[in-house]
Amino acid sequence: MAYEFEQALIDLRERIDSMESDLKNGAPEDMAQEVKALRTELDQQTADVFAKLSPWERVQLARHPQRPRALDFIRYALTDFVELHGDRRYGDDLAIVGGPARLNDTPVMVVGHQKGKDAKENQQRNFGMAHPEGFRKARRLMLQAEKFRLPLFTFLDIPGASPFLADEERGQAWAIAENLLTMSQLRTPIIVTVIGEGGSGGALALGIGDRVLMLEFSMYSVASPEGAASIVWKDAKFAPDAAKSLKPFADDLEALGIIHRVVPEPAGGAHVDPRAAALALKTALIEELAALEKLPLPTLIDRRYAFYRSLGVVAP
Amino acid sequence: MRKLFSNQERRFGFLPGRQRQLDVPDELWEKCGGCGEMIYLAEFEQNGRVCPKCDYHARLGARKRVEYLLDEGSFAERDGAMRSQDILGFERPDRSYEQKLEDEAGKSGIPESVIYGTGTIRGEAVVLAVIDTNFFMATMGSVVGEKITRAIELATETRTPLIIVSASAGARMEEGMFSLMQMAKTSAALTRLHEARVLYISVLTDPTLAGVTASFATLADVIVAEPQATIGFTGPRLIEQITHEKLPEGTHSAEFMLERGMVDCIVPRSDLRRTLSKLISLYAAEFSDPQTDGLPHANMVP
Repeated sequence: MAYEFEQALIDLRERIDSMESDLKNGAPEDMAQEVKALRTELDQQTADVFAKLSPWERVQLARHPQRPRALDFIRYALTDFVELHGDRRYGDDLAIVGGPARLNDTPVMVVGHQKGKDAKENQQRNFGMAHPEGFRKARRLMLQAEKFRLPLFTFLDIPGASPFLADEERGQAWAIAENLLTMSQLRTPIIVTVIGEGGSGGALALGIGDRVLMLEFSMYSVASPEGAASIVWKDAKFAPDAAKSLKPFADDLEALGIIHRVVPEPAGGAHVDPRAAALALKTALIEELAALEKLPLPTLIDRRYAFYRSLGVVAP
Repeated sequence: MRKLFSNQERRFGFLPGRQRQLDVPDELWEKCGGCGEMIYLAEFEQNGRVCPKCDYHARLGARKRVEYLLDEGSFAERDGAMRSQDILGFERPDRSYEQKLEDEAGKSGIPESVIYGTGTIRGEAVVLAVIDTNFFMATMGSVVGEKITRAIELATETRTPLIIVSASAGARMEEGMFSLMQMAKTSAALTRLHEARVLYISVLTDPTLAGVTASFATLADVIVAEPQATIGFTGPRLIEQITHEKLPEGTHSAEFMLERGMVDCIVPRSDLRRTLSKLISLYAAEFSDPQTDGLPHANMVP
């Protein structure tokens, strides 16, 4: 599956790939020159297309069905991951994954929203829309991180918390609120990364930390553009207008002071090279964690508090 | 004044069915949202906007709420002049965000969706914040988050019981992520209040939904709900839109949430002041003692 704006790039990439495989199979040497020229052209075209992305195209990128998911980032950026399941109260929510892992030599705890990659997996994972038991599983792992002094990494990628009656009956709002309280004062360094779609309260439920990072083409929004459009414009078809006004993209939010750092993605987006995307994130996590670990815990907690306390714009 | 909720007074002066025969100006009557009866407005207001016929609890403005809850004349409002700003330059279809805010203030008679301050209930000092649906459907933007946070901080610093009367239709879209971050800010402030062991009573009124429910409104020691109030994260109409299925009657009601263990008790408006006063006196022993036991409180969810 591809979006219109990236179709030409994909065609060009496929052409290059097939020529390269021809070269390997003994095609004439002069083809190498042509491949080189095409690569330059691909870089140029990619830069052109990505420089002119509309807000709506950026929304589509953040939701790209081939975009790497939390488990992909875990696989490429961390080692020794052991997935732990269940909230020990109700069930196991496949829309949230987590467990201990290692960043180079350092043991860490990682928790993330997990979307599926195909229809079947999306059904199992409720399209990444976490249930209350998912948020409670996440909280259980957060408290383990504190207990065992493991730094906590969270990966955000959720269209929104699961919006069905059963979720209401199991206390969706209560589960999210408890996580906010827990994360605000958790006595261990927390690094939050928005890897795809940071949707509303369900994203924030894993989203409080000492440093908040966003991948270059991810988004983080108070509501989906469709939801915001139906509220403000009274019609979801104005979602592209809402996407523009909501300022939900990494560069917007860095400029507004709501996040701390933008992690660059490979040319063409993380889905073009998931491994490279994860390694760029790994580099950022190593740097950020090293800086946080220099701080005494009380300073860390005070700084975290001061950051969230400062958010909001009022007059006088 | 305080007796206006007694049963006798509630019935007294009510003129059943009168309006059907009389041709009177509309503004003197209000149709009850519960039973559909036309209620004489003065009577309705005097009864705390509770229907004298069917006990339906209509939405109550913030100033009226303060008047009903606190000792007469004891309320000292804080930060009344605080205003939101159009930080995102949000391109609304009809009018600018700033214009919309002005219109909402004119319509509702309050400067933003929340007012807060100090006062007394039967002589006991409290910090009280009240959210009002008449202003912008009580959506939460920076001002709501900031005023609620200041109320929490004031209660923490002065070791005074905190009461927040909540309502909200959701986030204030025009403030984008600043709106979402108010959930984080208010919750963070509550960690300090709870660590200081100061009592917080949350009163959920119709409707309390989305980010307000998923932050400060449910992070309380005691959660009181008004009868029939709609309470939840995703509201019933939105669920119906998403699923294209009609929900059964009564989902999201205070009674539904009580049954599922989400709220502590349902208190009719006529008893609210008395119940709050009782709770404050029952938990009061802790207020004067700032000592904590030194144990870590990361696990502490009220």
